Amino acid sequence: MSKNHFALPRLSFRFVPIWRRNFMVWKKMAGSSILGHLADPVIYMLGLGYGLGGMLPEVGGMPYIAFLAAGTVCYSTMNSASFEALYSGFARMHEQRTWEAILNTPITLDDIVFSEIVWAASKSLLSGIAVLAVIWLLGLSHSPLTLWLIPLSLLVGLCFASLGLIMTAIAPGYDFFMYYFTLVITPMVLLCGVFFPVDQLPPLLQTVSAILPLTHAIDLARPLLNDVIPAHFLWHAAVLLGYALAGFYVSLVLFRRRLSQ
Amino acid sequence: METNTVLSARNLRKSYGGQMVVGGLNLSIRRGECFGLLGPNGAGKTTTLRLLLGLIEPDAGELQLLDHAVPEQARGARLRVGVVPQMDNLDPDFTVAENLLVYGRYFGMSDKAIEARLPELLEFANLAHKRDARVPTLSGGMKRRLTLARALVNDPEVIFLDEPTTGLDPQARHMIWQRLRELNARGKTLLLTTHFMDEAERLCHRLAVMDNGRIISEGSPRELIERNIEPQVVEVFGEHAAAWAQSHAAQHAQRFEVSGESVFCYVDDAQPLLRELQQHPQLRYLHRPANLEDVFLKLTGREMRE
Repeated sequence: MSKNHFALPRLSFRFVPIWRRNFMVWKKMAGSSILGHLADPVIYMLGLGYGLGGMLPEVGGMPYIAFLAAGTVCYSTMNSASFEALYSGFARMHEQRTWEAILNTPITLDDIVFSEIVWAASKSLLSGIAVLAVIWLLGLSHSPLTLWLIPLSLLVGLCFASLGLIMTAIAPGYDFFMYYFTLVITPMVLLCGVFFPVDQLPPLLQTVSAILPLTHAIDLARPLLNDVIPAHFLWHAAVLLGYALAGFYVSLVLFRRRLSQ
Repeated sequence: METNTVLSARNLRKSYGGQMVVGGLNLSIRRGECFGLLGPNGAGKTTTLRLLLGLIEPDAGELQLLDHAVPEQARGARLRVGVVPQMDNLDPDFTVAENLLVYGRYFGMSDKAIEARLPELLEFANLAHKRDARVPTLSGGMKRRLTLARALVNDPEVIFLDEPTTGLDPQARHMIWQRLRELNARGKTLLLTTHFMDEAERLCHRLAVMDNGRIISEGSPRELIERNIEPQVVEVFGEHAAAWAQSHAAQHAQRFEVSGESVFCYVDDAQPLLRELQQHPQLRYLHRPANLEDVFLKLTGREMRE
């Protein structure tokens, strides 16, 4: 690997036209996309929230459906960014050769990778707003603090887009992504307090949970929905941002290596 | 200062994992010419183009494109370059016009500026009637023409074309050739790779034949033929051709090559050979002037490259 692959990212505003390109594609399928962003969380929250929640007393000091709502915001935004960065990103890089076309213009690979992250995070933002709308409609929270879920969705999106792109950079094909979803995303959902409080886990798994990014996202979202300013909110945000920056750098190095072949 | 040389490469080298792909390439391309890079598959043509565009870093060598050092200032150089890649990478979700609009934005052009160029680009690509058609509905030739129009959106000074007519039917190829000649007549510098000799002979002022990462001969099509090969070729066919060649060909031809049931005889003066062939009515033959394909096969060999 050449030492130039390890250079720090050099960013420019040339990523904007790529974002606009992706937005133009998205607009053509906006209906089904928005439906997906809404239907999934609604089904989860209604099905599990009322179904399972009906059998449970309060969880974490609130009705189960309200507990689940915070997990669902984070889970949905994580999924949006992950799917976009993995499947759609791989299609643009590999199958459609969109990146190849763009690289022949004054745009660099650094701009492209950055645009992928910002675009995937934009999808998370949309997803977060959709879930928030459902939460308001169902009357699960009336706190103005819930508006903070909007920037949080963007941050969660940046974090999981960056991490997902690491997989895209090393993937030989679409099948490869199953490893990531089975070995990373699914355990994360179970360990990070989406469906039940982390303190239900054995101590060792609680330690693991504490280093996973989704835990930090939920530690921010749940108090906000409960009209409480989250404890250590700067720390949690810093962890998410740290994952985003590290993921961006690692994926960029790997993409530089892959595309210099 | 703008010089008359749009591209100059000196001793450009690139290896992948110890395997040399481009080995000490020297190239100089003048403003307004059409320059062809010929070579069999795997000769290093595409890697050379990627090096020239600053998409990959050379291991050694110096490179200037439009007065920009590449790869350091490749961004500035690529602002004024258009690229037609070997494989189509148009946006399948977009219409013809949307493809041009989106691509123009990558060069920092305003939507207004791109819209103003659209009619001319569509006219040039003969796609005005397909303006709102989606890419998957276009034929192969139309896609190529759209790719060419897309490469012109920023009104480039230099256009790189990587095998621009591979996979096209004869009608579509002729249309692309005509368009490339038009561009050249407007003063655009063209750099194209190809392994079609007729394409190179028709379009290019100067050619470089590449093999194994090196340029092995360079000049105008006529110079390449004069320098490398005898002016007359007699092709002899038939099941007895090889046997005839073993016993007789050397007496009448400077050089001959047997390839299956065909014998290629290269001569300065074909008359003695033709008289000899008239003694052998079972042999069929074709007498023609030497062409670029003969040069290419002589320089790069007849064995398959896979």
